[in-house]
Amino acid sequence: MNFTENQIERYSRHIILQEVGPEGQKKINNAKVLVAGVGGLGSPVALYLAAAGVGTIGLADNDVVDMTNLQRQVIHFTSDLDKHKVESAADKISALNPDVEIRMHKGFLNPENIAGIISGYDFIIDGTDNFPSKFLINDACVLNGKAFSHGGILRFEGQTMTYTPGNTCYRCVFGYAPPKNAVPSCSQAGVLGSIAGMLGTIQATEAIKYIIGKGRLLTNRMLTFNAFNMNFGEVNLSANSDCPVCGSNPVITKLEMDEQPVCDLKQ
Amino acid sequence: MRLIINGKEQVIDSGNMTIQEILKICDVKSPDLVSVQLNRKFIKREDYTTTVAGENDEIDFLYFMGGGGLIE
Repeated sequence: MNFTENQIERYSRHIILQEVGPEGQKKINNAKVLVAGVGGLGSPVALYLAAAGVGTIGLADNDVVDMTNLQRQVIHFTSDLDKHKVESAADKISALNPDVEIRMHKGFLNPENIAGIISGYDFIIDGTDNFPSKFLINDACVLNGKAFSHGGILRFEGQTMTYTPGNTCYRCVFGYAPPKNAVPSCSQAGVLGSIAGMLGTIQATEAIKYIIGKGRLLTNRMLTFNAFNMNFGEVNLSANSDCPVCGSNPVITKLEMDEQPVCDLKQ
Repeated sequence: MRLIINGKEQVIDSGNMTIQEILKICDVKSPDLVSVQLNRKFIKREDYTTTVAGENDEIDFLYFMGGGGLIE
């Protein structure tokens, strides 16, 4: 594929970067990225990937735009209330960059459909807010050899790590989903809207670095921040030989949703 | 003893301690919801009461964090 004059102009600030260049930009234009969850994290991720010219962006969500989303889910506008999030996001991506092909996946990711969906993508963004989905994305990526970015936010804090085959996975760190309601969700505990942008733009950057094959990914390390004090930290990780899905004796060999035992610790 | 907790040096007025005791003095409210690495090796939750950390050991706490804010 050769660039059109318009594309050379549109992507000029990437193309002049030595680490990206025309070759890197072509890789971006040919890449396919799935954004799982088009909410707080998925919104900035989808916008920056679209602006960067990622050739195919998949959007997976099962929700419609709600008034409480608008404080942080910046791809959705007031005029989109009650519209399906996948359609709302697709409209903005097309308006931002008509080069991008959009694939819409309306509905929940589940053990039956996820492997088929992710097989069409080079990199997966976990922008989901519930633990069973996060572990499902992890397991599907581990078992199918796909790279993905984990992201979590709550109140003023965020955490993110990148998985590539052979390296530390989300289950290496956390094992199994915590009991239901033991960890408060953003709807229960609140989240500063701009935190979603801070974390989502890191995830988008990881996706682009993975695509162009340059730079140092957040593999085998978890980046954490507390934006209240604006402290960033990093925890080095090692793959866990007892990991239920990628360890030496894996007990998870096919996809299932993690059960979350009911618990009322924090209620 | 001197420990490195989440990358920061901490001096604790005590000798060797179990992971469970360290979680307690670090005011971790729900030990079931935190993953712990001792010298970059994950410790099983059932071993928090028997695994001991000592001088210059590196301990990392990692908390569950959901976020995103979509599929409630």
